[in-house]
Amino acid sequence: MVEKQGKIMPKKEIDLEYKIEHLSILNQDGELDSELEPDIPDDLLVKMHRMMLLTRRFDERMLNLQRQGKMGTFAPIKGQEASQIGAVAAMEENDWLVPSFREMAAEVWRGKRMEDMLLVYAGFNEGGFIPEKSHSLPVCIPVATQLLHAAGLAYAVKYKKENNIVMVFFGDGATSEGDFHESLNFAGVFQTPTLFICQNNHWAISIRRSKQTRSKTIAQKALAYGMPGIQVDGNDILAVYSATKDAADRARSGKGPTLIECVTYRMSVHTTADDPSKYRDEKEVKEWEARDPIIRFQKYLKNKNLLSDNDIEKLEEEVKSEIKNVIKTWENKMKEMGDPADMFTFQYAEMPPYLVSQKEEMEKMKSEANA
Amino acid sequence: MSKMTMVEAINLALKQEMEKDEDVIVLGEDVGVDGGVFRVTKGLWEKFGEDRVIDTPLAESMIAGVSIGMAIHGLKPVCEIQFSGFSYISFHQMEAHAARYRGRSLGRFSIQMVLRCPYGGGVRALEHHSESREVYYAHTPGLKTVIPSGPRKARALLVSAIRDPDPVIFYEPKAIYRAFREEVPEEEETFSIGQSEVVREGKDLTFITYGAMLRPTLDAAEILEEKDGIKAEVIDLLTISPLDDEKFTKSAQKTGRVVIVHEAHRSFGPGAEVVARLVEKSFLYLEAPIGRVTGYDVVIPLYQREKDYIPDVKRIVRGARETLDF
Repeated sequence: MVEKQGKIMPKKEIDLEYKIEHLSILNQDGELDSELEPDIPDDLLVKMHRMMLLTRRFDERMLNLQRQGKMGTFAPIKGQEASQIGAVAAMEENDWLVPSFREMAAEVWRGKRMEDMLLVYAGFNEGGFIPEKSHSLPVCIPVATQLLHAAGLAYAVKYKKENNIVMVFFGDGATSEGDFHESLNFAGVFQTPTLFICQNNHWAISIRRSKQTRSKTIAQKALAYGMPGIQVDGNDILAVYSATKDAADRARSGKGPTLIECVTYRMSVHTTADDPSKYRDEKEVKEWEARDPIIRFQKYLKNKNLLSDNDIEKLEEEVKSEIKNVIKTWENKMKEMGDPADMFTFQYAEMPPYLVSQKEEMEKMKSEANA
Repeated sequence: MSKMTMVEAINLALKQEMEKDEDVIVLGEDVGVDGGVFRVTKGLWEKFGEDRVIDTPLAESMIAGVSIGMAIHGLKPVCEIQFSGFSYISFHQMEAHAARYRGRSLGRFSIQMVLRCPYGGGVRALEHHSESREVYYAHTPGLKTVIPSGPRKARALLVSAIRDPDPVIFYEPKAIYRAFREEVPEEEETFSIGQSEVVREGKDLTFITYGAMLRPTLDAAEILEEKDGIKAEVIDLLTISPLDDEKFTKSAQKTGRVVIVHEAHRSFGPGAEVVARLVEKSFLYLEAPIGRVTGYDVVIPLYQREKDYIPDVKRIVRGARETLDF
């Protein structure tokens, strides 16, 4: 009987609709797989590079500001510029961006004013300002909750028969949250035009990627929800762009959502309140420095004669002065920040009577203090 | 005018609002083909199609979360959580996002959505199907919490909730889904959110209540008039938050005696806020301690003992007499 047991349930491989692929176009030494090279207009390539450099330097400057006590906690993006810029560069004007809290580069690309970003991290709600026509949502702190908004928003896009896509960012840690699974499931069932961009930066605060999930890849989780999933070298901006462009084209033609796993690395801290030396070997960081997304992209651009060392030098100066101006604007804005009683303004479309009286209470306190 | 149950009246509100505005959509578990487990959405799927009456996968956080996403892009989702006992999974989405999006975006995005769910005891259900925890929502700035007490008000309030630019939690007392009928006009009727109503006038005592407790409270008021010669005023809150304290303040100042009746737990319950407001605004008018006839501070028992937990006419009359005799 024991011998026969293996035969009781004959097994056959199930042919799934999608297979998981890995995409790398520009390796860490800057060598190009020319067969896979995407057709990106020169001016866009130059813009992508400029934005990577700008956001890298801005990120570094923000860290300084925080260390000087001029700004509160924030989540640096260092090392993840290609994952972000590569993805948003494939978006069209009216597409929607749904960020989490580590997408400064993506947000700036989509028009977020850097001084407003500083305002938020300096503790002013006013930095949350979103222009009327903007299709970028505000930063979302609770991990993975924004994925559901992206799925619902994309449902609305489809319902209104618009031709836009919705791109949502999240990290490897987010894939353990229920909302991650619920949103991929919804997007799969209703074939919404949602692009799920996972920035697998290997760390969720102190928890390494291998402790987050037993899955070999994040991308394979797409299979469970009946959508294509692809793993790309997230420090290779050409690969990120190509995968995103493909997925966006599919979504636009009614073929539903895609999960893109960008394998990248959190070269900095989780947030400024975190000390990675407690849990992470510095050697690992050094290894990833060799895979820096900016350096390899610069090699590629130089080979294409789109960039020279002289250009880089000039660009560094340009970026530096742009950031200087941003900081000046931010400092001036902080001086003009309005009344704290504004906290009552946006609770409801119309202020209920008890809030009117609480607002008066606050104003009275303030005028007494000033008297 | 026709006589309708609360289920039919809510259904009428949904149908008419969907006819008027194609941005209004319905989603939830079993709301489509099945018409909802209580049949509240009956016939909508057939009339408006599967894109507007969405049978979702079984995930409450998702139902609330995708509704928020839809509202960001201008749809007006009315989502159903099958029982309030399962709404806590979606609470995070409502608290962290629906309630905050207007503020976070400085007014750029409104979350115009309604989260409907049946709540409360009295239908001989399983565990998690009978509780009354509206304060979770009422305590959250940015949300509105509405609880109708009968078919006509349910219809009018739901229409107002759907048109309200802020997220509204619409708690439906399922014990009275089909308990009685009321005349409900075919033509449009709304009722302002944040408004309570004096449903019975009196001079000796003020009852403050809402939801399924309104009818037993009215019955208690009748008994007190017949047997004790007491004229009790009855106020139906209808909106738990933002709480309308104007009418009950006026009433308490007239009668000097107040009894609050609700199914929810006593400690930190809606009545506690009512007491606080009365003390703030009517302290010198009060002739007796404010009475609270409420559910006890225990998990609501299974249905054999539910009657001992939920306030009934006898308990309400007793509570009133204690306040009157003080």
